[in-house]
Amino acid sequence: MAKLLRWIFFGVIARFVALIVLGLNVRHRERLPSGGPCLLVANHNSHLDTITLMTLLPLKLLPRVHPVAAADYFLRNRVLAWFALKVIGIVPINRARSRPDEDLLAPVKESLGRGDILIFFPEGSRGAPEALSEFKGGVARLVERFPDVPVVPVFMHGLGKALPKGEAILVPFFVDVFVGEPLHYGGDRDDFLRELRQRMDALAAEGSFAPWV
Amino acid sequence: MIRSIQPQVLWTLGGILVALIVATIISQWLKRARPDKDYGELVQRVNSWWWMAGIFAVAVALNVNIAIGFFTFLSFLALKEYLSLIPTRRADRRVLFWCYLAIPIHYYWVYDRWYELFVIWIPVWMFLLVSARMVVIGDTKDFLRAVGTLQWGMLTMVFALSHLAYLLVLPERIGQTVGGAGLVLFVVLLTQLNDVMQYVWGKLFGRHKITPTVSPKKTAEGLVGGVLTTTALAVALAPVLTPLNIWHAVAVGLIIGIGGFLGDVTISALKRDLNVKDSGSLIPGHGGILDRVDSLTFTAPLFFHFMKYFYY
Repeated sequence: MAKLLRWIFFGVIARFVALIVLGLNVRHRERLPSGGPCLLVANHNSHLDTITLMTLLPLKLLPRVHPVAAADYFLRNRVLAWFALKVIGIVPINRARSRPDEDLLAPVKESLGRGDILIFFPEGSRGAPEALSEFKGGVARLVERFPDVPVVPVFMHGLGKALPKGEAILVPFFVDVFVGEPLHYGGDRDDFLRELRQRMDALAAEGSFAPWV
Repeated sequence: MIRSIQPQVLWTLGGILVALIVATIISQWLKRARPDKDYGELVQRVNSWWWMAGIFAVAVALNVNIAIGFFTFLSFLALKEYLSLIPTRRADRRVLFWCYLAIPIHYYWVYDRWYELFVIWIPVWMFLLVSARMVVIGDTKDFLRAVGTLQWGMLTMVFALSHLAYLLVLPERIGQTVGGAGLVLFVVLLTQLNDVMQYVWGKLFGRHKITPTVSPKKTAEGLVGGVLTTTALAVALAPVLTPLNIWHAVAVGLIIGIGGFLGDVTISALKRDLNVKDSGSLIPGHGGILDRVDSLTFTAPLFFHFMKYFYY
């Protein structure tokens, strides 16, 4: 049942929103993974980010694709938790430790170990619309454990205008999606984060986007 | 309900089919015969023409309501592309939402054959509503730019293009069988061929730049050759698809030829101002929707009001 709902949600509803209501201009689509394990790392401005990224991959990969999302936000009530876990298929993580020795990334590592394609937003939250904030360190700690897993950076523009944080009305805009070359962990967390950030800035520079004020 | 398609419309669609087959053969032949040159974009362009002609033919020939729905969606795509291209203010998100909402309402007047409201809904009612909604939000920084660009977009992408849809619902004329579908086919076909012909004449004989600051590739030779070819085609096609007499057909040919050119360079001016080459990437080989409907934003209302004044 939940499987069918998930298929309808991403196969029909999400694709209708992403391709008809919004409209995607995807550059370098061929750099997207054709299987797992893989980490899709994207900038985060809107709830539509996940939906858009999910529609970039073919439906046959859907059972393998899971967004990593904050447990405190998406599991805050039972209805939302059911929707987030069963339909969206999130891998929930806590943003703050309840015990000093808790490994916050444990569920993510387990999922990657199974060969999943995970969607990861290293900014941690949606932040101000169409602005890239500082990357958090989680993504580096994750690939440190899985150095063979390719990290594909994806830069998106337009979704923060269509549905920014705190707004309920969706306003259609065409969305630019720029996919970067896969990146691997080189042995140092700080270097990796810097490199990832540089790749993301280079992708953003492929378009010329005016700041949205 | 699908009405029977008139033979004149079918003949014209058959002619388009032949033209597309010829274009496909030529582009494929060029690609094989001259592998040293890159004809990839030409092949892509012709390929996209098949899609556009196919969708347009199905929408316009089958049923009036499907056609109105098609033009509603076309206006939506054009306005969305325009609003994604221009700088908009964060404060105006809700105003933009109203503008999108105005599209189906506007095309409802077409469906309802309510001409009086069709001609004032955007230039009067939306004109006032957009300003009012913006003032209520209260952000005065760049107010004039925001309200001006939004009104221009609504008039061009929704109001001007929608004249194609209203051609479909003009009252039937006694003794004339082709009706609205024939008129839409006539103006769209001539406008698109005019674009192609101005390009071809310009490539072959172009010497004198006509709009050096806006669109430097446009030449006087291209414009004149295109307008004359379009006028000749208008005279040939008018008896098949329209009630136009021969002198009116000449006038309409000139109007479509010159109007199409002006619509084209108007969107070029917009793109140059925004510093983009193509308005989007929706149509492979062509660019965006605006790159394809640019000429129609002028020819559709011009042709419509010519017909309305003299014939309906």
